Amino acid sequence: MDLTAVREVVDGQIALPWRQGDAWLAGGTALFAEPRPGLRRLRDLTTLDWPPLTVTEAGIEVAATCTITDLLAFAETPGAPWPSGRALIAGCCRAFSSSFKVWNTATVGGNLCAALPAGPMISMAVALDGTCRVRGLDGTERAVPVRDFVTGNGSTVLGPGELLRSLTLPAGALAARSLMRRVATHVWGRSVALVTGIRGRPEGRLTVTVTAATSRPVTVSFPCTPCPGELRGRLLPALPCQLLLDDVHGRPRWRRHLAVHLAEEVRSTLAEER
Amino acid sequence: MPFTVCINGQDSEQPPRAGQCLRTYLREQGWTGVKKGCDSGDCGACTVHVDGMAVHSCLYPAHRIDGRTVTTVEGLSTGGLLHPVQEAFARAQGFQCGYCTPGFVMTVAALNRPQLGDLPQALKGNLCRCTGYQSISRAVEATCEHGSPPSVPHCDPGSADPATRDVVTGAACFTLDEPEPEGMLHLALVRSPHRHARILDIDTRAALAVPGVHAVLTHRHAPVTRFSTALHERTEDDPLDLRVLDDVVRHVGQRVAAVIADHPAPAQEAGRLVRVTYQVLPAVATAEEAMRPGAVRVGDGPNVIAHLHRSTGDVDRGLAEADTVYDRTFTTQRVQHTTLECHGSRVWRDREGRLRVHTSTQAPHLVRRRLCDIFGLDPQQVRVTAGRVGGAFGGKQDVLTEDITTLACLRTGRPVQLELSRTDELTATTTRHPFKTRVTIGSRRDGTLTAMKVHVIADTGAYGNHGPSVLETGCAEGLAPYRCPNTAVHGYSVRTHNVPSGAFRGYGAAQIVFAVESALDDIAHRLGLDPLTMRERACLGPADRAVFPGVGEQPARMGTALHDVLAALRRVREDRRLKRARPAAPGCRVGEGLAVAAHHSVPADGHLAQAKASLAADGRYDLITGAPEFGSGAGTALCRIAARTLGTSPARIRLHQADTDFLERDTGGFASTAMALTGQAVTRACQELAGLLTGTAAAFTGTPSGACRLTDDTVHCAGTSVPLTDLHCYAQSAGLCLQAEATAAADDAELSLSVSAQWFRIGVDPDTGIISVLDSVHIADAGGIVHTEQSRAQVEGAVVQGLGCTLGEELTTGPDGHITTRDLRSYTIPLFGDFPPTHVQFIDRDSTTAPKPLAELAINPIAPALANAVHDALGIRVSTLPLRPDSIWSALASTTGRSRAGARGARQGSIVRGGEPS
Repeated sequence: MDLTAVREVVDGQIALPWRQGDAWLAGGTALFAEPRPGLRRLRDLTTLDWPPLTVTEAGIEVAATCTITDLLAFAETPGAPWPSGRALIAGCCRAFSSSFKVWNTATVGGNLCAALPAGPMISMAVALDGTCRVRGLDGTERAVPVRDFVTGNGSTVLGPGELLRSLTLPAGALAARSLMRRVATHVWGRSVALVTGIRGRPEGRLTVTVTAATSRPVTVSFPCTPCPGELRGRLLPALPCQLLLDDVHGRPRWRRHLAVHLAEEVRSTLAEER
Repeated sequence: MPFTVCINGQDSEQPPRAGQCLRTYLREQGWTGVKKGCDSGDCGACTVHVDGMAVHSCLYPAHRIDGRTVTTVEGLSTGGLLHPVQEAFARAQGFQCGYCTPGFVMTVAALNRPQLGDLPQALKGNLCRCTGYQSISRAVEATCEHGSPPSVPHCDPGSADPATRDVVTGAACFTLDEPEPEGMLHLALVRSPHRHARILDIDTRAALAVPGVHAVLTHRHAPVTRFSTALHERTEDDPLDLRVLDDVVRHVGQRVAAVIADHPAPAQEAGRLVRVTYQVLPAVATAEEAMRPGAVRVGDGPNVIAHLHRSTGDVDRGLAEADTVYDRTFTTQRVQHTTLECHGSRVWRDREGRLRVHTSTQAPHLVRRRLCDIFGLDPQQVRVTAGRVGGAFGGKQDVLTEDITTLACLRTGRPVQLELSRTDELTATTTRHPFKTRVTIGSRRDGTLTAMKVHVIADTGAYGNHGPSVLETGCAEGLAPYRCPNTAVHGYSVRTHNVPSGAFRGYGAAQIVFAVESALDDIAHRLGLDPLTMRERACLGPADRAVFPGVGEQPARMGTALHDVLAALRRVREDRRLKRARPAAPGCRVGEGLAVAAHHSVPADGHLAQAKASLAADGRYDLITGAPEFGSGAGTALCRIAARTLGTSPARIRLHQADTDFLERDTGGFASTAMALTGQAVTRACQELAGLLTGTAAAFTGTPSGACRLTDDTVHCAGTSVPLTDLHCYAQSAGLCLQAEATAAADDAELSLSVSAQWFRIGVDPDTGIISVLDSVHIADAGGIVHTEQSRAQVEGAVVQGLGCTLGEELTTGPDGHITTRDLRSYTIPLFGDFPPTHVQFIDRDSTTAPKPLAELAINPIAPALANAVHDALGIRVSTLPLRPDSIWSALASTTGRSRAGARGARQGSIVRGGEPS
């Protein structure tokens, strides 16, 4: 929709002091989806022309402005390295409740910064042990592990004027056995619970992450594959009521049940794969 | 560098405004095939291609099209030839109202082969509220054979919507697609954040200081007249309790002020600057609360705005005679029509100084009457028209924008437009009445009913629009199919400080049917009867009449409708049980359920339909009716009726609709009256015209009129053929007018019942509580069907809308009275592929049988049939809608918990092991 209070759209490359009412603009699919009476100026990042994906032996660097469509195309390229990691990336891309038409312009960084509980790029980045490159207005950068980047429903560690430059997914996580499972009320709809699991990083360790059911990612980790009771015993206390979402898509008790149910599915599937 | 963009092959150098999205930019450039459905990227109605890439233009920052190429639905076809996707949608009639069609066409045109292989995923960003997606699915499947001509057979021209080509090319004019009147201003509303408050002061100075703002209107500028937004033929049917702008607000979202500006942006911005001082007053949130002695009054009168007490026989004696007595309370939630087109209207003065109102309404004549009542205008000085209406379902049977745009036009002297946003639609327009229905039924062992007592409390919201009628109609029609000598109904329509309820497909009956048909299912289980046998015993036989009367205090006659529908359902059910169209997933519990519902053949609201038919100079016919086209396909069927009566083909009939200048009176398009009443008026007008034509030809040729016969384009007069073009010339020179007009009134009709039955087979995943519909059958007796495909499409759409309202849709209200489901991400309606196709079957009646209503009725049995299937699968009776998966799971978890503890657990339906054989 029209952002009626916006007065100006400026090139993101121009060094300007940050002021109230400024917002970084990437794909625009989140910003333009709601009235934003507080926004006066958009600072367009797409003019920076960051290469969407940089693949090295160390892993993948995904530019914040990389579109979901580009990431999905990369993830589904036949015969490329890290089949397990790429399958998880593809699964998370397809977990968006929005249309492929939205993916054409929506960005990976935009999804991380929106910090919504059902943000599938958050699920993906946490599962694959990603690191955020955060850049200040003065060009200084800091690295923030993705699991610390999202602090709650709609909030991140970004300070005023700071932006997300990229997301790095390490080769080790991409190579490890990993898995994503989710439940949505419509087959291709919004996730009410999404669980990822990754095994063998470091060797034998199982890490399970719950997103979508909770206001921020919740991770439990085991030195080796636990039994079902152990997993449940660790996960349940990690999912207290105040962390579980309560909205029209699902009540907290149900979301917790689904998270535990999916986590067990992930655990047993990864345990079988040898 | 100057801005430049190429849109549909035309260069434009008009730069967009900062913060503008591509959707509004394109519409301002005249490309009105780009629709607004949600403005948040969820519905896909605004889909366009940017450099060949499909995007939702409402989310696309317009400044980014600089140097690019944009294609809208208007630019998809080349050289007058339709694009294959447009061709497929046209041939398959893959639309009803057609508002979502440009978006679907542009999306499908962008799909690659793998996407065409997974349509539910590829089309999840496109919403349609009318079709239930079945006709769209047929269209898209035809396009899958790209390159080759679509395989969908051409429907004959008489079957197709006459506007088909316009719909698929984006040329069809919906209300706000017409060229704007010169100098048009835009209106933005300031709404109440409180449930109940007195306005102490409104400071408009800051708002008026915003550049481009022309006026800020408040209750001080509004007429003191109280009126009802509800549109009914009899104005006295609804309490007159609302002002255009009031100094007391009675629900969150009620209008407080209107800002009128050059453009929507300054109007909205100024709206945020209007400072209102409220004295917050105590409020009642629920109907029960509002009925308590001493409860805060919502309006001037008592909170109970209508009582209904009807009874026959002796219910207590009937209960005493019963072998089993059932008693349970059922509740239904607040749901919203969610038409893809939001409400909108424009008001201006024409050259003659008459007031012109162009609006998205189901009832133009009644809008005119209402505006004249409010503003004291002369009906001759007001002309109301409607464009093609982008979906209605009862949501456009209220005056929700026209009154404030009229006030703004009268105050400013300028043309004014108001277009509601999706959030306005969901939070501040009408909804379905939430009902709480207690059912007490006494039954004999054989399933015959000895007593039936129904106690209804309906939450009509802050204003009484439709409240009394929904209660009355809901109870009369909801209980119409049953045979029970001792029946009593007590109903209450109650004002609360909630958003006003209104007219919604089913009109109260859906809520009653949910309760009673769920109850009958439980009784059948208790008695060990097949639910279908239970219906045969509990329902009216062919010679019986309904317990409570309808129009003219006539008790409706059942005839063979119910018997035939149940017999057909029994046959089809056997067949479907054997076929098992879709297997259930492993681990799922499977169940089946059915429900029946009946509907009066004409409403008891004084409904009146007019039609005018005339011969035109080109030898074709002009047919005029009152209601606009809103996707019911009524226009197509009316042309067919006219053609049949005039002995010609529908292609020779030109239909003109929805203009108060054309007809003196017409109630409008609601209560499924298009076939039963408008059809009758059309038949009469055309019969009279046919007589006029043969009579005139007889005089012209000097033949006895008995020897003259009207055919396709000629009157044959004993050997002499008079082409209709010649006849028109002759009539002109003789000063004769070849025109006939007729009226059909519900009050004159003989009352009968149409009947619908729904059967579902479902699977429930016990781990998630998610329900999958595996099979769906709908049997209906709608009298003589004028247009089978159109009728089938109505049922398909009603079933899916009904499933949405049963399984997930709910407008939720926060503790402070704010509706929290403010967009289509939180208020989710069914998506493409959510449900399998419904097998629709009509009882075969010969074409001379009068058609009966269908579109309104078909939604009524959906919720109970589904709830009954859940009961069959899980042994759990859910008596509160919607049947959300979390509710199902938690009900299941608590019963399995109990059964583990040794108590009698839920009766389990069949459990699928390792998947069902398909």
